[in-house]
Amino acid sequence: MSGHHSHKDPLLEEIEHLTSQNTSVCYQCGKCSAGCPIRDFAEESPNKIIRYIQLGLYEKALKSKTIWLCASCQTCTTRCPQKYDLARLMDALRQLAIKKGYKPDRAVYKFHKAFLKQIKDHGRSYELGLVRDYKLSNIASLTLFQDMDVAPTMLLKGKLGILPHNIKGKKAIEKMFKKYYDKKGDE
Amino acid sequence: MKTGYYPGCSLEGTGKEFDISLKRVLKDLDVELEEVDDWSCCGASSAHGVNHVLSLALPARNLTQAQNQGLTNIMAPCAACYNRLLSTQSSLMKDKVVKAEVEDLLEDKINGNLEIINVIEYFQKIGVDKIIEKKKIDLSWLNVACYYGCLLVRLGDAGKFDDEEQPTSMEDIVAATGAKPIDWNFKTECCGAAHSISHTEIVESLTKKILDNAMAHDADVIVLACPMCHSNLDMRQLNIKKHHPDQKEIPVLYLTELIGMALGIDGEELGMDKHFINTRQLLDVQQQKKVRKV
Repeated sequence: MSGHHSHKDPLLEEIEHLTSQNTSVCYQCGKCSAGCPIRDFAEESPNKIIRYIQLGLYEKALKSKTIWLCASCQTCTTRCPQKYDLARLMDALRQLAIKKGYKPDRAVYKFHKAFLKQIKDHGRSYELGLVRDYKLSNIASLTLFQDMDVAPTMLLKGKLGILPHNIKGKKAIEKMFKKYYDKKGDE
Repeated sequence: MKTGYYPGCSLEGTGKEFDISLKRVLKDLDVELEEVDDWSCCGASSAHGVNHVLSLALPARNLTQAQNQGLTNIMAPCAACYNRLLSTQSSLMKDKVVKAEVEDLLEDKINGNLEIINVIEYFQKIGVDKIIEKKKIDLSWLNVACYYGCLLVRLGDAGKFDDEEQPTSMEDIVAATGAKPIDWNFKTECCGAAHSISHTEIVESLTKKILDNAMAHDADVIVLACPMCHSNLDMRQLNIKKHHPDQKEIPVLYLTELIGMALGIDGEELGMDKHFINTRQLLDVQQQKKVRKV
């Protein structure tokens, strides 16, 4: 190869690395947004997020609420005529946004964090602990008492375990998390 | 024929009746499952949203557990677990660099030879003939809307088990039970999945459209195979009713509960008393049919 150097933005390089694909294949047909279940709830449509990347407006994409509202349903990915995996781009953008400290939708972020904490602590998801940790971390959102009406029914029906189930390999899972975070340097 | 079983966290909690009904039905069909030893959470649907390598390492641990146990296949009834286990194995086999990273975290090797199937594929394997043969109750009075949701059919490049837009595999099994699968429009529309707690308003709006479309097509019940979809479609009907007092109820059943009904198993043995939307009326008709036959 010649000594031709591309002057790619490091953020774009990271996005392409995380997604193993190139946003330039997108010709903005909008099919992703047409089928997107959260389109009605997000200010910016999914195809706009790709457009931001194409135009080099990475910060706009990373600060968008859309990436947090994405339900990972894969409808966009399934329907894209260019076979661009948009759901994977949304995953990558969330990961990069966290790295940069942007969390435009704190509710979703806190839910994910509380969920992962259950796995790290017990090896399995512990629903009661998840709801507790999520609600406590998100106390400002006034959702603390939401779902309190269904919780007793769930307990009665045996659908919510009172105590977490700790797996035997709990230590190994904890070690895995630690090793991963030590390497990556984030929380 | 022993198949590896990965129940996943939901089947120990909010989706308990999926586990109960599956095991009860398998007893009557004379097939056995072997649970993956000391399985751990697959990370769905949080890990992949925030953390790439970890989101692969979590499902991968279960692949190594199954491998080390000598299993050749895993059946994961939860659509999210199924999707994560399948796509993790597939993407690790395609990307050696990430595979090495994951193996370093796991301190174990992935061989990539496991067959990973969902609950529909599992019943295909057992054979619809077996359901027909063991069927005790006529369910021809029951109109069923088969709901696939997202993760069961949308597998990306990890594979394909049914059409992503117009799947029909669940209908084939429902037809074997004698119930009538209906045509409708929201088979694969998203219910909002994991936003159930963080954005209940979104889930409420999405599930209302799904429920309304099923009822507009004369469905008596919705049948599905995903615990996350179940809790959204069943439990969130309570939220919808709060905001829309005229909203009609529709029971939401796991595929295994419907099969169990056809096999003549009592509702409580199938865990059908654990739903938020009452299934009593359905079970009463089931019992009447049972009596009539005797």
